Amino acid sequence: MEGMAGQKSSLTWTVNISAFLLVLLWTIPTLGLFVSSFRDRDQISSSGWWQSFSASEQTGFVRTGTADDATQADGLNVIEGNVLEGDQSLVGWGVRAREPAAFAPGETTEIEDGWQLTVNEDGSYRLTSPQPFEMRRGERIFTTTEVPPKFTTGNYRRVLTAEGLGRAFMNTLTVTIPATVIPILIAAFAAYALAWMEFPGRALLTAAVVGLLVVPLQVALIPLLRLHNELGIGKGYLGIWLAHTGFGLPLAVYLLRNYMVGLPREVIESARVDGATEFQIFRRIILPLSFPALASFAIFQFLWVWNDLLVATVFLGNTREQLVMTGVLRELMGSKGGEWEILATSAFISISVPLLVFFAMQKYLVRGLLAGSVKGG
Amino acid sequence: MELLWLAISTIAIGVFGCVAWFWGSNWVLDAIYPPRGPRAGDNIRKAGQIRPWLFLGPAILFLGMYLVYPVIDSLWRSLHNSDGSRFVGMSNYVWAVGDGKFRESMLNNMLWLLVVPALSTLFGLVAAQLTDRLKWGNIGKSLIFMPMAISFVGAGVIWKFIYEYRAADETQIGLLNWIVTKFGGDPQIWLTLIPWNNFFLMIVLVWIQTGFAMVILSAALRGIPEETIEAAILDGASPLQVFFKIKVPQIMGTIAVVWTTITIVVLKVFDIVFVMTNGQWGTQVLANLMYDWMFRGTPDYGRGSAIAMVLMILVTPIMVWNIYNARKEVR
Repeated sequence: MEGMAGQKSSLTWTVNISAFLLVLLWTIPTLGLFVSSFRDRDQISSSGWWQSFSASEQTGFVRTGTADDATQADGLNVIEGNVLEGDQSLVGWGVRAREPAAFAPGETTEIEDGWQLTVNEDGSYRLTSPQPFEMRRGERIFTTTEVPPKFTTGNYRRVLTAEGLGRAFMNTLTVTIPATVIPILIAAFAAYALAWMEFPGRALLTAAVVGLLVVPLQVALIPLLRLHNELGIGKGYLGIWLAHTGFGLPLAVYLLRNYMVGLPREVIESARVDGATEFQIFRRIILPLSFPALASFAIFQFLWVWNDLLVATVFLGNTREQLVMTGVLRELMGSKGGEWEILATSAFISISVPLLVFFAMQKYLVRGLLAGSVKGG
Repeated sequence: MELLWLAISTIAIGVFGCVAWFWGSNWVLDAIYPPRGPRAGDNIRKAGQIRPWLFLGPAILFLGMYLVYPVIDSLWRSLHNSDGSRFVGMSNYVWAVGDGKFRESMLNNMLWLLVVPALSTLFGLVAAQLTDRLKWGNIGKSLIFMPMAISFVGAGVIWKFIYEYRAADETQIGLLNWIVTKFGGDPQIWLTLIPWNNFFLMIVLVWIQTGFAMVILSAALRGIPEETIEAAILDGASPLQVFFKIKVPQIMGTIAVVWTTITIVVLKVFDIVFVMTNGQWGTQVLANLMYDWMFRGTPDYGRGSAIAMVLMILVTPIMVWNIYNARKEVR
């Protein structure tokens, strides 16, 4: 029995550790973007984001004062000063470029002709000599310093105000909200008809909806663009709302129908017997009961429209005023290879909204996925 | 600001329009065939025949205009020359078969089709099983599921920070190259490394799709009857045997659903390739190739549509299979 218990706990450990590793592996990429968005350009290009939590070590040198700065004390000529700047702290120092950490803080070394150099932990140094100093340039002190981890929110300020991402954010919002709300209504009525009304061709229509679920969006781009031009809609918000409505409908009808079919028959039958019209049944019974399915689809559609690049590029256009956030990101990736801090910050802003929605409404998202895939399929 | 008003008024008009249509048309129908009076029964029957179509009307209109019509129009266009003025028969398809870029795209798409659904499903299954009985399992699941909410473009940026290359004597700021150099290897420009760069792009999609597979497979695993597992354990099966011989066979149906769903996503993969390599260095895929022909330089709608139709043909088997399954369930 003891052996079995031991085996079991080692298995639990293995499961815990491997699950942890897997989760870590899946989280690290996003974490990297998140951390990078709080670093400035120099930091991003000089070290990896994973090194940003520990103090970073730097080497450099400073020159001491010259003969002019020398003072007299205890019969010695003395030059004093400090080697540190800002929030650096001293790790080690040296007098040769090869060995920037030859001495620990507080140690004293003799350079030449009785010159003594001491560099203390607080960065203050003291160079003494029995003879008067004559040099015009200061002696070099090589330092190894540590800078504590530093993060900035400056990128966010810059991106939201100067880089036009604020505009893109509004554009994305303008595209997304109507494109999420409108298909829900249209789909809800259609789903109710497919689920609870008897009419010839119902099975065929349901099958057609399932079939249309997989039609590649790419097929629709050119014909629709031309259709919009002929109808006078052209490129613009109206066009993209209609397009997203059309593309989202199969999933909406399919999800809602699957859900509505599962509603209790007795409730609907008894309402019919009581003389309720179909419209009343739909509004008073079906719609409230279907809330979870409506929420699921709303999240799907929201995520899909917010994250879409292709439909926006084609139906909205590519000028600076028309770009949605994914479009801006794409431009940033293409043109400004060097502006990492802008890219990282813009990307994080653009994914933050879907992530918020995701974490807030995960329950409905999962439910919708299960309704769409396990039950039907 | 005026944009916001435009959006709000669109929602208002859209919602109001929909409600007005459904309510109004129903009201008209009831006025023409009143469900009371001497001929009530007859009227209710007649109204019952028309009403479904009132409910379905807008949806059918949208589906027809935005999905059915484009497919037919694309088919027509794919049989015509670049601006649709002359019938050219199958010559766009013949061109495609002989075109180097098309073949490369086809091959890459096939590669994506083999690798991405397989890896996503596998990782999803492993993740579902591992996190199932853990105390912190739900948090773990959320985190693995999270990439699903991230756009392909956002994912492209995220992975750029992993694949970034710096010359060997500089500090590596891409995680992958940093790890490689830590182990004594040379830094690589991963995205131009033919043919392996395709796999580096695929990893991005696997990263996104694993959460989806995990969520669905996790639900399926929970649905397995406990008795079968208990019986296997009593018979002395090891945890691995229980997993592979008892659990996996019972959720094969769900695995197939997950696999085909991801397959469809993969067939249409566009954004990842578009923003990360734009099809250069041997990474072209069909959707991006089609975009090239339709929107870059001088558009050739004939060839673009032909490529779109190839995509359509590739998804057709899955479409038929889905319809078959759905109808089986309805019965």
